[in-house]
This record gives sequence, C-alpha cells and structure tokens, in this order.
Amino acid sequence: MNLDFAFLNWGVVSSFVLKGLVFSVQLTLIAMVGGILLGTALALMRLSGKPWLVTPAAAYVNTMRSIPLVMVILWFFLLIPLLTGKPLGAEVSAMITFTLFEAAYYSEIMRAGIQSVPKGQVHAAYAVGMSYSQTMQLIILPQAFRNMLPVLLTQTIILFQDTSLVYAIGAYDLLKGFEIAGKNFNRPVETYLIAAVVYFIICFSLSMLVRRLQNKIAIIR
Amino acid sequence: MKISLFTVAALALAASNAVQAQSDTLAKIKENKAATMGVRESSGALSYTLGDGKYAGFHVEVCTRVLADVQKKLGLPKLDIKYQPVTSQNRIPLVQNGTVDIECGSTTNNATRQKDVAFAVTTFVEEVRIATKVSSGITNIAQLNGKNVSTTTGTTSVQLLRKHERGAGVDFKEVFGKDHADSFLLLETGRADAFVMDGQILAGNIAKSKSPADYRIVGEVLSVEPIAIMIRKDDPAFKKAVDESIVAMIKSGDMAKAYDRWFVQPIPPSNTRVGLPASQATKAAWASPNDKPVEEYMKK
Amino acid sequence: MATWDWHVFCKETTTGDTVPSCFGSGGDITYLDWLLSAWGWTLSVAVLALIVALAVGSLMGILRTAPDKRLVFIGNAWTELFRNIPLLVQIFLWYHVLPSLIKPLQGFPSFILVVFALGFFTSARISEQVKAGIQALPKGQRCAGLAVGLTLPQTYRYVLLPMAFRIVIPPLTSESMNIIKNSSVAFAVSVAELTMFAMQAGEETSRNVEMYLAVTGLYFISAFTINRLALVIENRVRVPGMIGAR
Repeated sequence: MNLDFAFLNWGVVSSFVLKGLVFSVQLTLIAMVGGILLGTALALMRLSGKPWLVTPAAAYVNTMRSIPLVMVILWFFLLIPLLTGKPLGAEVSAMITFTLFEAAYYSEIMRAGIQSVPKGQVHAAYAVGMSYSQTMQLIILPQAFRNMLPVLLTQTIILFQDTSLVYAIGAYDLLKGFEIAGKNFNRPVETYLIAAVVYFIICFSLSMLVRRLQNKIAIIR
Repeated sequence: MKISLFTVAALALAASNAVQAQSDTLAKIKENKAATMGVRESSGALSYTLGDGKYAGFHVEVCTRVLADVQKKLGLPKLDIKYQPVTSQNRIPLVQNGTVDIECGSTTNNATRQKDVAFAVTTFVEEVRIATKVSSGITNIAQLNGKNVSTTTGTTSVQLLRKHERGAGVDFKEVFGKDHADSFLLLETGRADAFVMDGQILAGNIAKSKSPADYRIVGEVLSVEPIAIMIRKDDPAFKKAVDESIVAMIKSGDMAKAYDRWFVQPIPPSNTRVGLPASQATKAAWASPNDKPVEEYMKK
Repeated sequence: MATWDWHVFCKETTTGDTVPSCFGSGGDITYLDWLLSAWGWTLSVAVLALIVALAVGSLMGILRTAPDKRLVFIGNAWTELFRNIPLLVQIFLWYHVLPSLIKPLQGFPSFILVVFALGFFTSARISEQVKAGIQALPKGQRCAGLAVGLTLPQTYRYVLLPMAFRIVIPPLTSESMNIIKNSSVAFAVSVAELTMFAMQAGEETSRNVEMYLAVTGLYFISAFTINRLALVIENRVRVPGMIGAR
C-alpha cells in the first residue's frame, strides 16, 4: 500500500479543513445545549403520567428516533422554504434540525436517568413537603444528571461525528473538508487516514475530560 | 375551527406567494440585487470547490459571465453572487423552491427533468467511456464479461450499464463507489477491473492519480449526454437572457477559450490537466445551440 | 407543488416500461422489487451488526467495571478506539485500508466487512451504557453478593447484570434503532441497501420525492417496530420498586 502525503501543507489544511472544523464545533455546542434542555422537558412529560403530556412527547420522540437523521436534515431544508416562501440557509437549517433531532435522544437518556433514582427519594421528598417541581429540581434531576453524565456526553461525541451528515444539504463540515481535499488531489486513502486520526484526537480528548468530570461528581452509594 | 381555517389560509397564501415569487427570476434578482448560483463540490472540471467557499470550473465560469450579462441587462450597479453547493439529489428541488436561481454543475438534460425544470442551451456534451488499467488488456465492453465494473452511486451510468449488460449479453458484476474518487479507488486497488463514467471525470481522475501512465480510457462510447445549465421552469424571460448570453459567448469565441482553460490547461489546485479537447459532439452543440434532451441524442 | 407519480414503482428498471402487476417476472425487476430487496439488505446488515454489537459491547462494559485494572484497560481502549472515529471513516478503513494490511480480509465480501465495522462501532456505545447501568447500582449490591459467597462472575450474572440491563433498556433501544439507520452507511461499500436505492432510483426516474418518501417510510417502520418490541420487553421485565414501575 503506497501512501503519498506530498500534497499536504498548511495552505491545504487552512483552506479546506479549518472552516469545516469551526462549523462542526459550533453546530455540536448549539445542538447539545438546546437538545438537553428540550430533551429533559420531554422526559419529564413522558414520566408525568398525564396522557395529554405523555402522548405528544412519546410520539415526538419515537418519530424522531425512527427516521434517519440525514432524511430529517434533507426534508427540513427542502420543505420549509416551500411553506415560508423564503429559502433558509443551510447552516441555520442544520442547527434547528440537529437540536430538534438530538432532543429525542437526550430525552431517552434523561428518562433512564430519572428512572434509575430509587423511588423512595420521591416519596421522601413529598413526605417532607416539597412540591413536584422542587422534588424534580432539587432531588431527582441532579442525581439523574450525574448518573447519566457519561451517556449524555457519549451522545454529544456522537453528535459531533453526526455533523458530517450535513453534506446532504451542502453545508461544509469537518469530514467534508477532508473529503474535498482528498478529491482535489485524488488521495482519498491518505485524507481518510488523517481524518480518522484528527477525529480520534478530538473525540478522545473530550472523552478523557468526561472521565475526569465523572470521577469528580459521581454519586457514591 | 376558526384557528385551523386561519392557519390553512395563511399557509395557502404563503405557498402561493412562494410559487409566484419563483417564476420571475429576473424580477427576483433585480429586487434582491443578488443571485444564488448552484455549484458542485467535485464534478470534474465542470464545477468543483477549492475549499474556503471558493468554486471553480467550466460551468462556474460560464455562469459568472451569464450573471454579469444579466446584471448589465437589469442595469444594476452591483450584483451579489451567492454560492450554494448542491448534490445530485437536491439540485432540482433547490431550483424549484427558489434557493438556487441558476444551477451550474453537471446536470444531464433529459425529458423527465424537463417536466420539473428548464435547461439553457447545451454547453457541454458528455461521452460515457470505460477506464481500465493498461495491464489488464481490456479494450472494449465485450471483454468485461465476468469482470468487476465500478461506477458511482446516484449517476446515470448505473442504469446505462444495466442496459448494456442486457443488450450486449455481457455478464459483469457491478461495484458501486459512493463518489467518483471512491469508484476510481476501486479500480486502483483492484476491486474493480474497469470504471465506467463520463469521459471528463475519467480523464481528471487518471491525471490526478499517483501513476497516470498505468491507466487508459478505452472502448466504444456507451452514451452521449448533453450537459446544460438548469433554471426554473416557465420563466421565458430569464431563459432568453441566459441563452442569449451563452450564444454570445460561443460567437465571440470565449466559450472555446473557456473550455480550453478548464479541460486542456492545468487547473487549480493541483495544477494537473484533464487533457480532453472538445469533442465533435460538443462542437456541434455550440455550432447549433439547442436544449434538446438526451433522448433526442440517442435517436441519432 | 410538483405532481406525484407513484406508478414509478411499477416501472421496470432497465427499459422503463410499466409492468401491470408491479412485480417483474423472468429476470426483470421493477422498482418495487428493488425497493423490497434493498429493505431486506438493510435489515440483514442491521440485525447481524446488532448481534455483534450487543455481544461485544456487553462484554466490554462488564470488563470496564471489573476490579482487575488490566481488564478495565482493555475495555476502555476498545471503547475509545471505536467510538471516536466517525462510522463512515471506519467503514472506509475496513474496506480499502485494512485488507491490504491483513491479507485474509481481502477475500471477505463487503457485506461482512460492513457488519463488523457497524457492529464494533455500536459495541463501543453499548459498552458505555452497560457500564453506566452497572455503576448506577448501589455499591452494596456487589459487596453483598461477594459476602454471601458468590464468586465475582456469579455476582455479575445473578445480582448486577439483571438490574443493570433493565436500567439501560431505553438507551439500548435507541442504539438498536440507530443501527437500523446507521446501516445506510453500507451504501459506501456497495451493499444494495435502502439509501443506495433512494439515491440511484431517484436519479434514474427523476422522482426523488417519491423514492425518498418510500425509503423514509421503510426506515420508520423498521425502527418503530424495534421500538415497540423493546417496550414490550421493558414492561415484561420491569421490577417493582424502581421509578419506572407503575
């Protein structure tokens, strides 16, 4: 297998790859924050026991989880302009779509987290006189969050990798940057190897940070 | 009840506005002082990206000229050109829904697509050929019997191969690459014995490969396809403006010069040359400008 | 809005003629035949990869909670390697790069390669969830198991794992649904599944909307069926006393 890295220099990197990296990171952060907030709300709706909250939340989560993300991205980008009469930029469209989509996944994780807290805690909270929102805010959600932190952050790392799906609407992310460089110089094997290494370094560092964080805030039982 | 009626009415109004706004591109460009050009990220020398939001290629150059002529025609002091990268799957919907005003990539003009969009006069005629390794000794399609043939998913070449397989009684196994670079890699690594695709894609990939002398383009022309610039349907004023601009480029010799610049001379960023002079079919299309679909070319 | 043309599914794929029964005969296939065969490929890739992922992922998750540091290291290394590289890049490496390094792989059909790639990728995520499930259990459970005289593997088998798996059924369901959708990456290695069908048939017939709708619908049905199956399993194995119980 003969590899030829001769085409690689800082000019190539800055013109092809940096722009994609910035967009990928931006999209990940926005979708993570928005997704966790919306996802927690959805999880609470599903666990509330009231049918008028449970059914819409469940329907939303199940639909989003059943359709491939690339299809959601594509449909959103193509259909919204037909309704509003004005085209939506690819970047903005991607941000909205990712937040809505990831919320479904974050909600399932938060639901597992809330359910892993022993029910005695809820009863104790009510016995002491706390209301539902106080119980959730002060007792259940902090524990659920800490229990599920590794899974939440794994989902974020996956989200970072999923940003590569924006190729479907022509947005420019990190993997696309590598692919274009590979196509322009016809060195796909070399650029994919470099892409694998770069992604590994970024995601592994995040993963190590997660490990550190988890050790600090994990609940000892 | 009232709320839902209102919503329906609002949506219908928005939709009808959307439809109306799109079928007069010249007015839209004049109002926004901007036009959106649909471009491809790697369609050989026709339209590709240099990274950093910059696009280059034969059709990109032609469209830039067309938009400059439109700017003069509308009397605009400044025209802002936005670039929207498109893919094979979303190029037609993006033209239809107004995101893209003029698509300058590598779209084949065929009768089915003419139901959804309109095409300018043909600027490039593509010939589908076979690329093989010199060492394999394959020189025509009959010799592909029992071999692996690669082509790219989502292109017209896939169906073409199926038809030829049926017609010529040749039996080969198809392997699909997810894009042209991938399909060429299949040929390079030996997973495929031949790569079937548009001639200019083959030439470009061979030129950029690690050892171009190992490959050659062989065999009969499998298909002749007119490649044209795409615009919205039922918009005669804009089509007239685009066609006039292209015909003017042909008459002044600028079209031939532009072709030479992208297909014969070295091109950025790797400074390799595609090395494909204008074919007879392309020159004939320039000599008598038309927007005939591929079905008419196949009848000949 | 553009017009709909659902009859396109009854067209024969080579000549474009419409077949009255919508299913081809004598070697010809219609787009409907092709769609169903593509669905079959998607499900095959997904189910096989899921089996690989559950087996390997559970093992790695257990290793990561073992008291022996070397086992933890193996589990961690596996998880980190396979989850930090995007799936598309991993498939590319399995298909183009690894066969030139590991000679026996050259003979493998691309279907097997993509099952491994997808299975190992998903196993990294499953190992994370299994680990989280085991660690969410009170530490006393493990100690009690060992105190009563069970060996460590027995403690895992009879005390820890039954509860841990019940806790992580929701995220595991997500993973199973994900695998159905991630199987679309198999198009990159020439497996004739749904995404490749959508791209190719859409290009040939120029009826992208109908093709993508049909494919989205089939993905939805497949993933939703798994979701409902998982719900049935979750309800059947529910243990009273934990928040989910009703």
